[in-house]
Amino acid sequence: MPTHDELPEIRAAEREKQGSYRHSIRVCMAAGCLSQHEGTIRKALVDAVAAEGLEGEVQVKGVGCMGLCAQGPLVMVDDSILYEKVTAEDAVDIVKALDKKPVKRIQSSLNIPFFQRQVKIVLENSGIVDPESIEDYISRDGYAALSKALGEMMPGDVVDEIMNSGLRGRGGGGYLTGLKWSTVSKAISDIKYVICNADEGDPGAFMDRSVLESDPHRILEGMTIAGYAVGAQKGYIYVRAEYPLAIDRLKTAIKQAKRLNLLGDNILGTEFDFDIELRLGAGAFVCGEETALMASIEGRRGSPRPRPPYPADHGLWGQPTLINNVETFANVAPIIRNGGQWFASIGTENSKGTKVFALAGQVKNTGLIEVPMGVTLREIVQEIGGGTTNDAGLKAIQTGGPSGGCIPVEFIDTPVDYDSLRMLGSMMGSGGLIVIDDTASMVELALYFMEFCMTESCGKCIPCRVGTAQMHNLLNRIVRGEARAEDLELLEQLCDLTRNTSLCGLGQSAPTPVLSTLKYFRHEYLEKIAAPPAEEAAS
Amino acid sequence: MAVRSRIKTLKIDGRDVSAHEDETILQIAEENGIFIPTLCRIEGLSLIGACRLCLIEVKGWNRLVPACHTHAEEGMEVFTDTERLRNYRRMIIELLFSEGNHVCAVCVSNGNCELQYLAQRLGMDHVRFPNMQPVRKVDMTHERFVLDRNRCVLCARCIRVCDEIEGAHTWDMRGRGIDARVITDLDIPWGDSETCTSCGKCVNVCPVGAIVEKGRAVGEMTKRKDFLVYLSKMREAKK
Repeated sequence: MPTHDELPEIRAAEREKQGSYRHSIRVCMAAGCLSQHEGTIRKALVDAVAAEGLEGEVQVKGVGCMGLCAQGPLVMVDDSILYEKVTAEDAVDIVKALDKKPVKRIQSSLNIPFFQRQVKIVLENSGIVDPESIEDYISRDGYAALSKALGEMMPGDVVDEIMNSGLRGRGGGGYLTGLKWSTVSKAISDIKYVICNADEGDPGAFMDRSVLESDPHRILEGMTIAGYAVGAQKGYIYVRAEYPLAIDRLKTAIKQAKRLNLLGDNILGTEFDFDIELRLGAGAFVCGEETALMASIEGRRGSPRPRPPYPADHGLWGQPTLINNVETFANVAPIIRNGGQWFASIGTENSKGTKVFALAGQVKNTGLIEVPMGVTLREIVQEIGGGTTNDAGLKAIQTGGPSGGCIPVEFIDTPVDYDSLRMLGSMMGSGGLIVIDDTASMVELALYFMEFCMTESCGKCIPCRVGTAQMHNLLNRIVRGEARAEDLELLEQLCDLTRNTSLCGLGQSAPTPVLSTLKYFRHEYLEKIAAPPAEEAAS
Repeated sequence: MAVRSRIKTLKIDGRDVSAHEDETILQIAEENGIFIPTLCRIEGLSLIGACRLCLIEVKGWNRLVPACHTHAEEGMEVFTDTERLRNYRRMIIELLFSEGNHVCAVCVSNGNCELQYLAQRLGMDHVRFPNMQPVRKVDMTHERFVLDRNRCVLCARCIRVCDEIEGAHTWDMRGRGIDARVITDLDIPWGDSETCTSCGKCVNVCPVGAIVEKGRAVGEMTKRKDFLVYLSKMREAKK
């Protein structure tokens, strides 16, 4: 049962153990790479190390996402050599090349903007720690923030620190995290809850998945600190069932944290009790909406309800509830460790810190990146992303998933922050960033997102249930070249209706892909509108 | 201990009105004879805010809010009948008509239908959207009642009355979005339901001709809704 004093001992022991190796070989065991090698690379490396008789000198470690998913499976040697598209057959060569020249044939460059332009806070451990080892996490200052919060800070101080950091919710809305914490902490109730929203569902987005698979303890630590700050005793992680690896690693992490008394009763020997349970989503996108998510945790149909009352006041089982997204919680430990001021020094005036993006679409370096707020879309796409695949012309950048919009290439020098993206008719969203080249049809893109919203609508309110279906129908007619000018007008009216009258964020934002493509690429719609029949045109 | 409720004064459509702080705009409007259309709401059942017909504008608020879910605040200025709201409401009714099979001329509830009433009252004279012609099942298996999902508007009144008043929870919703539909028990034929008490409350709260009594001809189905207010008041009094 470690107390505050014993945590540093575990840390020191683990550091000594890791420092005793001459070399460290890290194999990506996150979903992207793992799906290609199923752990065979790690096994082959372990065997190769054994064959060379280097067991005591070379550490082979499974780690989380290193970011450059497009070139996976990735293997990193001693922070200095990165191997790409590795197969199990390469293992012997990799081990033999230790202390010698790296294996040229699979060597990837670390000296590229993809790695150099990133600033890692959320992903600082990703690709470095073994997500299945709590000791490894502790060795990287893991749970130091929790120890500091419980040992040196009052709950109010923790809330203040988060407030000072200027952290805004990373799930899409961008609400001030400190304000949310403060509201829940002020709610008067014996029972409060903390919920981590890990129901990531935007097409092309895998930020939360990666964080959970690569550094699960970071989320547990953030949630536990939140529980202490707002006065909650119980936390839930609502994670989609489609993320089996993340679920496994979270389960392991919870077990380990309980073993070391970092979760459960009397955490670190204090009076503070906090427990975390997993709840698996059943595949509905709308369950990412906070009221639907809570209904789902309660075992009811996952459909949203009107707000207010907000969860901070009337949440899970009617109790005050704090809901934050995975990435938001991932920022908590570093903020507590380094102070709110430190965090606030990164980013722009109204958007602090960094943002993790899942780069997808027609871009060379698809993968996971973390950049400071305020970098331009050009830096993200052209430098970090390496430009479009096949060097096709860049046409637009889609952010915010099905709730977001398309930003045309002329705005590529826009800084990425909550307000700039909103000004352009898109949104930060949870971090999906899809690069669109000039071969894509924007009308078809809008149709795709509308189909997504239509099938994911819960069906409770009429504008979203029928509105999305009718918009989908109209977009289909436009794509097929069967639509008339009045159909476009009707489409715009439906967009207006659905945006302004829907019950929850899903419906309210469902028209955004259409509206933003209409705003910037209207000509593509007009080109597809059929000319009126001759006799009508004549009359 | 005496129950204390503060009084608020506010303006609805330019009229000065007073209200208890726990009253909704919808209740206040009704007390003052101001019409706000509703469909999912029925007095005596919980509120779900789903139909979006009662949306109102409040001066200084940038969003429309449902009158059924919005409480009175001192000095607020509410508008219930603006051009914008009228357009939205008409369009919502149009969407309902395009979604199902709402042909009044052949419906048992013709003349006694809340959807029909709203369409007339809100001036919906045509539907601009193509009918979606859904394939929806009719359930005739119950001894006395019929469920015609083609006429269902998914207001969930049947689900709520069965759960909240009758306590049977026979009804529920299945599927998502445009495929959502009401079901009995775990989607078994109504006649096979072991939880249904055949009380008929769902029939009487259904605003349209979706849940009706058997053996009615066109226009013959009338519904009695007073029982619900009575039952819920008695229930409250007992508590």
